[in-house]
Amino acid sequence: MSRAIRLVLAALWLATLHIGAIGAGFFSPSDYAEQNRSFPFAPPTRLHFVDPAGRFHVRPFVCRWSAHPGTVVYSEECDQPFPLQFFVTGARYRLFGMVQSHRHLFGVASPAHIYWMGTDDFGRDQFSRFLYGARLSLFSGLFACAISLTLGIIFGTLAGYYRRSADSVIMGTAELSLALPWLYLLLVVRALLPLSTSPSAVFLTVVAIIGIVGWARPARLIRNTVLTAGAREYVLLAKSFGGSDLHVLLTHIMPQIRPVAMTQAPLLIARYILAEVILSFLGLGVAEPTASWGTLLKSVQQYSILSSYWWMCLPASLLLPTIMSYMMISINRSQAEISPA
Amino acid sequence: MLLKLCLSKSAKVSFMVLLSCTLASAAADDHAVSSYQPGRVGGRLVVAQRAEPKTLNPVVALEAVSREVISLITASLIDIDQQSFQPVAALAKSWTKSPDGKQLTVQLRHGLRFSDGYPFNADDVAFTFLVHEDESIHSPQRELLIVAGKPIVVTKLDAYTVRFDFAAPYSVGERLLAGIGILPRHLLEKSYQEHRLAQEWGLIAAPERVVGLGPFLLKEYVPGERLVLGKNPYYWKTDAQSVRLPYLDEIVFAFTASENAQVLRFLSGEADLIENLSPENFLALKAEEAHRGFRLFDVGPGLEYTFILFNQNDLGSGNASIQGKQEWFRRRAFRQAISAAVDRDAIVQLVYRGMASPIWAHVTEGNKPWFNDKLPRTPRSLTRARDLLRAEGFSWSSENRLLDPSKHEVSFSILTSAGNSQREKISTLVQDDLKQIGITASIVSLEFRSLTDRILNTYDYEAAVMTLASGDGDPNSEMNIWTLNGSTHLWNLAGKSAEGWEREIDQLMRRQLVSVSFEERRRLYGRVQELVAVNLPIICLASPHVLVGAARRVQNLHPSILRPYALSNADALFLEGPGGGR
Repeated sequence: MSRAIRLVLAALWLATLHIGAIGAGFFSPSDYAEQNRSFPFAPPTRLHFVDPAGRFHVRPFVCRWSAHPGTVVYSEECDQPFPLQFFVTGARYRLFGMVQSHRHLFGVASPAHIYWMGTDDFGRDQFSRFLYGARLSLFSGLFACAISLTLGIIFGTLAGYYRRSADSVIMGTAELSLALPWLYLLLVVRALLPLSTSPSAVFLTVVAIIGIVGWARPARLIRNTVLTAGAREYVLLAKSFGGSDLHVLLTHIMPQIRPVAMTQAPLLIARYILAEVILSFLGLGVAEPTASWGTLLKSVQQYSILSSYWWMCLPASLLLPTIMSYMMISINRSQAEISPA
Repeated sequence: MLLKLCLSKSAKVSFMVLLSCTLASAAADDHAVSSYQPGRVGGRLVVAQRAEPKTLNPVVALEAVSREVISLITASLIDIDQQSFQPVAALAKSWTKSPDGKQLTVQLRHGLRFSDGYPFNADDVAFTFLVHEDESIHSPQRELLIVAGKPIVVTKLDAYTVRFDFAAPYSVGERLLAGIGILPRHLLEKSYQEHRLAQEWGLIAAPERVVGLGPFLLKEYVPGERLVLGKNPYYWKTDAQSVRLPYLDEIVFAFTASENAQVLRFLSGEADLIENLSPENFLALKAEEAHRGFRLFDVGPGLEYTFILFNQNDLGSGNASIQGKQEWFRRRAFRQAISAAVDRDAIVQLVYRGMASPIWAHVTEGNKPWFNDKLPRTPRSLTRARDLLRAEGFSWSSENRLLDPSKHEVSFSILTSAGNSQREKISTLVQDDLKQIGITASIVSLEFRSLTDRILNTYDYEAAVMTLASGDGDPNSEMNIWTLNGSTHLWNLAGKSAEGWEREIDQLMRRQLVSVSFEERRRLYGRVQELVAVNLPIICLASPHVLVGAARRVQNLHPSILRPYALSNADALFLEGPGGGR
């Protein structure tokens, strides 16, 4: 597969994911927190075109599941087809966080349910939780990346441009940051936060801390770029003609930094999405019932779930192409820098 | 003379050891006979264990894992039968109680020896209780050895008779003797006099220093990997065919980092026993039980109970935010409304996969002698919850949010232990249940030590989902929870002036402690359960089953709901088949 095709695929996947996340309320058939306690660990709903009598249906339909009492074993009852319906009414949500709506892209009539990715241990729709979770996980990736990169650019530039003591102090602090056991730091911060702090504020704090402690790596790269750029003749010439530091930095150094930052950004986003997963894995992530990819993956660490309910791994399988897409974009950026043609 | 001439020095030593062993064996005429089926000698039993013991010192050991290993190394005067919960003879051959219930005279078995071959007698018993009652040692069992404010007086009558004097009639004096492993005075007296006893028998202690009367002795400890116990050659029990127990040569506690690793090790045949399976893993393994070499045991509801706890401690001038919410928590009707709103059946089904019982008070169905089966099993009712709140002056906003009589929105946080999936799931279900009566509950998962620090020391919490487990079915093991000054009187540790029903519970618990009639004690403890179910100092939710997995080759296994669940008769366990392989 050529580089261009891979890049297009990666971009398409990320675009789909981001659109799905922004419009999660509309694209998901249920509310992410809605528990259906009669259907824990229900397998993914199957879409049918042919009914038990052999009749073909143009409009696909689903069958209702019936649970065997006291178990999580289900069987499909196809005596009555439930056609897939579009633009159905359901749980209320805010589209793009603003417009109140109860219209959903698709759904089926009760008592049937539509669970594309099955349900979790509380009978919550995994697909809806995946979409809502994408909001939080993608946002935490972007948010932490923005913090890291901004701090990295500021401190990297200062260290590389002014060198000497500024360089020693900033890079010394960077080394210290890299050596910091940030997981313990987060555990301590979480334990010290007042209980009245809202779960979203706790999560934002935790993500911000990750972003802040992650400044060191981009700062190192930026510093090296600035060091190299600062030694270029046109920069020295600009300085000798009396160009101010700000002018030199903005006009001559920044264009050198931009490609490095652009290559680093997708890598950092991917890294921070994974960090969110790790945080939730350790119980430091967003609190229930809010969905994030990390909370979705948390249950898969249990042997019993891994061995019995394969659909619980679906969010993990979708995390992989997401991370790879970001990597792909980063690789493409760096290759484009090496061979612009 | 001829013999003396023929023997080399080393052979003489061996001969003396052999002779002393033979004499010891002959002298142990008071050995106990196991009632279990006779088995095969030899083999190694591997137990998959999640946590490592912290110490092997019975005087200071607190947590269950340490106590489990210690119970295999040491022995008590009296044991509690795992099936009937009744006291049975162990190192004590027999005992008699005075009619007034203030005196207990214990006859010890003759001719018993510690695992280093040193004889056991009444001095060891007196020394053991002296140590446990010493305030400076901080033994967790000391609280139980204080009756009517005074320590039990232990008197040696002769080498094999000991008398225990209680300051007041004591209902089950003999039960006190269970679980207190007898210490070797000859080894530990010096340490005790030098105030070093608490530091003895740590995990790095030389195995030959750790000596007891239990079926096994310490052989090896590799941190993070395993603890190996070997057979005690002087153990005082035999089987019906006069074969000295234990049958097993070794018990190995293999430590694993997580429950998953524990299960995988068991599944691969690397481990023979898991004592505390989770319901999810039990079900996952159940699917493989028929064609794999292991058996699974669902022993039924254990003594463990999970509950919601509200902070009712007196915070003085402390946290104003929590104090404001305590106005709700201290209202009985508020707690009753929470109890009515919680779906216990959903907890049983979704969290414990059906392997638990819903409970309305702290004594579980598994504790048959003491369970009050007349308690009403109130079904979930959101209508009742709303009625109770309405009667107290609560109301609902247009968005269906619950408002207190001062029109403040009712919301609180629920602490839970991060990483404990069952308690986290229960919190999520409770959160959803409360949402249906307009209460916003946020879940805060904290690392376990941070959680217990808030609950026991700083009182910086609003509500929590917790679990407690009694060590014994007898009500006395719950004294620290239900008496007003108990160290685990969780909801009101800071000493808020007690309400009438709290004082009544305190008095009932103290009365049952000194009552000698079982029926009377049962009646009193039944009333305690009624008061707990009505006043809800803690809102009891469910009691999980005890679930055990064992390789088929392990024989004489009779798991029970008392700890240790499967190793209580470790001396009688044996492995079947050549090499015992699966």
